[in-house]
Parts: sequence; structure tokens; C-alpha cells
Amino acid sequence: MPDYGIDAAVDITSVVCPVTFVKTKVAIEELDDGQILLVRMNDGEPIQNVPRSLKDEGHEILKLIDNKDGTYNLIVRKRESGG
Amino acid sequence: MAFSDEQLERYSRNIILKEIGVKGQKRLMDAKVLIIGAGGLGAPAALYLAAAGVGTIGVADADAVDLSNLQRQIIHATPDVGRPKVQSAREKMEAINPEITVKACHEFVNAGNIMALIEGYDFIIDGTDNFPAKFLINDACVIARKPFSHAGIIRFQGQLMTYVPGEGPCYRCVFVSPPPPDAVPTCSQAGVIGAMAGVIGSLQAMEAVKFITHAGKLLTGELLTYDALSMEFRRIKLPSRRDCAVCGAEPSIAAPFDYAAPVCEGIII
Repeated sequence: MPDYGIDAAVDITSVVCPVTFVKTKVAIEELDDGQILLVRMNDGEPIQNVPRSLKDEGHEILKLIDNKDGTYNLIVRKRESGG
Repeated sequence: MAFSDEQLERYSRNIILKEIGVKGQKRLMDAKVLIIGAGGLGAPAALYLAAAGVGTIGVADADAVDLSNLQRQIIHATPDVGRPKVQSAREKMEAINPEITVKACHEFVNAGNIMALIEGYDFIIDGTDNFPAKFLINDACVIARKPFSHAGIIRFQGQLMTYVPGEGPCYRCVFVSPPPPDAVPTCSQAGVIGAMAGVIGSLQAMEAVKFITHAGKLLTGELLTYDALSMEFRRIKLPSRRDCAVCGAEPSIAAPFDYAAPVCEGIII
């Protein structure tokens, strides 16, 4: 797959809202600015909310990959201004 | 330090906030806040700060819980009547959040112990009920360069101000010295509605959270007044006084001192 170098990955398929986004936030805050995170999430509520919340915080959504097993891989680049 | 799954869940509503996030939650967990007075103002402040995960919370109060306190001091319950307030408060705070450390100080705060008491804390909440204590806390915090939240409540009115060294006036800049003992109604005459303590004490907790997490703008250089009957909040801009006796250019107060203790509280907390 990767057109992108993945710097870290987090799996949020075992948790539900709001811990889905919380775990994603924890993972992305550990990265340096501009680094890339892969988030594996379930279809449904996480897909609707997690990418939107990341975008709201200024991170860049690069790609959403359908794993064809009810989960998705979201590729996101951490925003440059920190956070 | 990594968060446990339980911590992520407990603090999820904090961490989700853009202005708090993981960094802000860690700051809260590393923070030390001292609450002077476990009464009307201190009660909601202590509960909210404990719930938010402020790592170390000191609570200083010499009093025991009285039946007449329960109308507003929501950290105490009927079975606590007669028990030290700091003990009652610590139990409730630890029940809400067993992760935090509560340091109970069962002492009357005075000029002799206040410098040692505030040492090591990042932020102080003045939840006291009388003018001498308010001036004492102000002077000690200015001298020790500690930020603090001032508040006072009476009847249906409340006021609030935040002091941060070098960022606006201190309490003494605004009020100079305590009013004459007969100028303000005593506790047996004035009364206060319990929810007023909840509103203003919660605002004090909010200022502490904002200071710790660096979120938003603090209430420095301004006095916020709240009149519940007219439902009016006002923000009054206040300058520092260059001739302030404690924070001015040539301060005459070099150490905290005690004014004569009030016969009865001027402001009910």
C-alpha cells in the first residue's frame, strides 16, 4: 500500500466513542509535527467522527483505505503547528 | 508517562478538548493547587479539580462542619457535621478520584504559617470568608510570586479576580485595606444563596484549570461581578497601582501579617 511512510500506528477497533478519538489523539500527540499516523478503526461511528475530529484539530487526512473486513485504515499527517 | 485505558476513559472529555488534549491533561496531573477554605467556594472548586485529575490538591481549613454549612458547602454531608472540614472534603475528593493526592491541612491560616503552606503549589484558590484572610493570602501570594484566584460572595452577589505576578493588579491594588469591621454585614445578618457559592467557586476552579493548561485568557486585570437577582455579569477593568503597598514599585509590606481577626465573618462562604 504505502504511498506514505507510516511513523506510528494505533488500533482503535476495540474501543468505542469517545475513547476512539482519545486514543487517536494520544497517538498523534506523541508524534513530531508532519509525521504520519495510521489509525485502524471500525466502520460506522468511528469513520463518521474520528476523521472529522482530526480535521477540526488541523491535521491533514491523507487517505482512507477500506480493509474489506469491516475496518478501515486512516492515514493522517500531524499538523505542523504542534498539538 | 503513558495513560492507562482507565485514565483515557476517565479524562476522555478533557482530552478531547482541543485546548486541553494529552498535554493539558498531563499538566493537570502534574499540577499542585492549594485551596484555602473548605467552605462554600472551596467545595465546588475542590470537587471539580479532583474530578479533573489535578494531581495534588491541598485543602486548608481549621473548622469543623456545622449544620448551617450544608446549605451551600456541597462537599460536606449531614453525617459529617462535627467532623473537620478538611477530613470530610478529602474523603469526597478521593471518592471521586482515587488517583489524586489530597493534602489536608487542619490549621487556621495565619501570617506565621502561610508562606510555608503555599510553598510548592502552582496555584492558590482563596475560598476564605473574611477580609483579613483575603489580604493575608494576597500579600503572601504576591511576596511568594504565586498566582491565585480571589473570590467573595454575599447574598445574591459574587465577585472574582485572578492574580498572576506581573500581569495586572493584586487584591490590595483594588481594595487597599480591609473595610472597618462594622461596614459589612456579619454572617448572622447577611445570608447567601448556596448556588452563588457553586457559581463562583466553580469559576475559581475554571481559572485554575485554565492557568494549568494554558487554555484561554485568565481573569487578570479585571474584576468579574455577578448579580444573580438582575442576572448580570460585569467585568470591571482594573489597573495595577504603582503605589500598592505589596506589589507596587516600593512595597512597604515585605512579609505577610495578620489583621485583627473578625468577630464574625464579613463575607459568608
